[in-house]
Amino acid sequence: MVAIHPEGHLVGDRRGLARRTSWALVALLLVAAYASLAVGASGVSLPAALADLLAGREIDARARIILWDIRLPRLLTGMMVGASLAVAGAVLQGLFRNPLADPGLVGVSAGAGLGAISAIVLGGLLPAGIAGVLGAALVPVLAFAGSWLSVSLLYVIATRGGHTSVATMLLGGIALAAMTAAFSGLLIYMADDQQLRDLTFWSLGSLAGASWGKTLAAAPLMLAALVAAPALARGLNALALGEAAAHHLGVPVQRLKTGAILVVAAAVGAATAISGGIGFVGIVVPHLLRLATGPDHRALLVNSGLLGASLLLLADVVSRSIVAPSELPIGIVTAVIGGPFFLWILLRRRGSLEI
Amino acid sequence: MRLATCRRLTLAALLALPLLPAPSRAGEAQRIVSIGGSVTEIVYALGEEDRLVARDTTSTYPPEVAALPDVGYIRQLSPEGVLSVNPTLVLTEEGAGPPEAVDLLKEASVEFVEIPEGYDRAAVLTKIRRVAEVLGVPEKGERLASDVAGALDDAGRIVGEETSGTPPRRVLFVLSMQGGRIMAGGANTAADGIIRLAGGVNAIAGFEGYKPLSDEAVISAAPDVILMMARGGALAVSDDALFAHPAIRSTPAGEARSVLRMDGMKLLGFGPRTAEAATELAHALAGG
Repeated sequence: MVAIHPEGHLVGDRRGLARRTSWALVALLLVAAYASLAVGASGVSLPAALADLLAGREIDARARIILWDIRLPRLLTGMMVGASLAVAGAVLQGLFRNPLADPGLVGVSAGAGLGAISAIVLGGLLPAGIAGVLGAALVPVLAFAGSWLSVSLLYVIATRGGHTSVATMLLGGIALAAMTAAFSGLLIYMADDQQLRDLTFWSLGSLAGASWGKTLAAAPLMLAALVAAPALARGLNALALGEAAAHHLGVPVQRLKTGAILVVAAAVGAATAISGGIGFVGIVVPHLLRLATGPDHRALLVNSGLLGASLLLLADVVSRSIVAPSELPIGIVTAVIGGPFFLWILLRRRGSLEI
Repeated sequence: MRLATCRRLTLAALLALPLLPAPSRAGEAQRIVSIGGSVTEIVYALGEEDRLVARDTTSTYPPEVAALPDVGYIRQLSPEGVLSVNPTLVLTEEGAGPPEAVDLLKEASVEFVEIPEGYDRAAVLTKIRRVAEVLGVPEKGERLASDVAGALDDAGRIVGEETSGTPPRRVLFVLSMQGGRIMAGGANTAADGIIRLAGGVNAIAGFEGYKPLSDEAVISAAPDVILMMARGGALAVSDDALFAHPAIRSTPAGEARSVLRMDGMKLLGFGPRTAEAATELAHALAGG
């Protein structure tokens, strides 16, 4: 199929470009993953440890803990969180046909946040038995429950007679986010000093708490979302023409929307639970890629995952080396790097952007 | 609840003291990371600072401590950052975290000791003895504890002389004032503890921790004196800004423009300098 793109390129060129971009992004991800394993405050050397391993020598216990128990879970967590946030952003932008849509906008992040804050502030009130069973998993579990609850509520609010209104969903999401923020505020008021400081650091986002237990607990949801997302691509492409047009093209619009919401809830809920509030990835990454390779979701969703994963890994490397042996919350790094970069792109492309 | 736990821990620590084979630890912990301002101060007061290899962000006294690498905020430690200084012992105030980081450090066979926190005379002495015991220098700890106990007794006498015959002064501790909202120290805080030690009365007793106060609550608290931390930068509040606050202006403290500013770590640390802080505050309350 040959079609003329508004800018005059053949669509076929775009697809070739998107494919070359994918390979470049795979290469970038490998570099980022290597950096994430090799760079750290302790100066433990990855090549030396690998050489020891290959030569059958015993690896120093401390090096093993640093590489295997600290850097590797952090690498996997960072990859999954970055990919999930970027893909969730791309799916939401496709669903709302609005390049400014963001997981924060429809209250998903706020719902996850309320869950996490409840866990931090009210966790002490739980009967010792329940608290003991959940242990350190209490924050992720409640954060995920919060995101599911807010998405389900949103869906109930926006759906009438089997039809979901995107406008109602957007406005409902804003209202839900406001209500959620109010409840969070109430809990923050009840918090004692230590809990307040926990909340502050949680809300800034960090991968510092990454451990095998947390990574494995959050992984199934994020992986399910990442695997399911590409299946939405054709539907989202058709949806760009409008709901009625998509329907006439044979796209099961209602199922598409349900699928998109589930993907976003799983991705953002699990990512927020494990890493706190990490901004800008969900909006910057799909935006950059749309500017570079066009709006086709078949390429956009996959490339967003790759770029999101790489960027978060690189941001994490910066966050833990810039003030070593201490570390900056990663949310600060993504905002400091992502914000101005995003603005620069916007200003450069101001003439050709239609928002 | 936390106070009760503290007391129980204090008691348990005191009871366990003679049972521990303290001297055997002496040679062991030669590379120590000290987490928490008061614990770090105690290590210096014991003269054991040569064994420190790193500290946390809240460890700011004595000034020499700034030369040590900073491994981050007590509740947001980076496990690799701490391991990077090759410690054999992490000595910390209550509440170090996150829990995953603490677990990893323990797994990396770094000894991890938490010193219980508290805001009264007994808590200070317990902290000193406990730190000394962990460092394997219990005799030094006894000496420092009895010095500090003596200083606290002196402070108590001065407080007694200063306040005899006069009703205790009502003190409002203002942690911050942003956007006109006063964040005050309630019950079970270091601020409450030091006000008591200095013979004053915390003007706010209705809540625990640091909370924002309504203007009416400020007025009905009727403080004679405002107590604040001396600090610069964005969090600094000038006298004019403080007394321009309509609620504060109408209190006895506001009418007399009575405000005290003291070094935050000394005032709230509950370490070796607490007697000094209590004496200083008692003098200031009597004089001002």
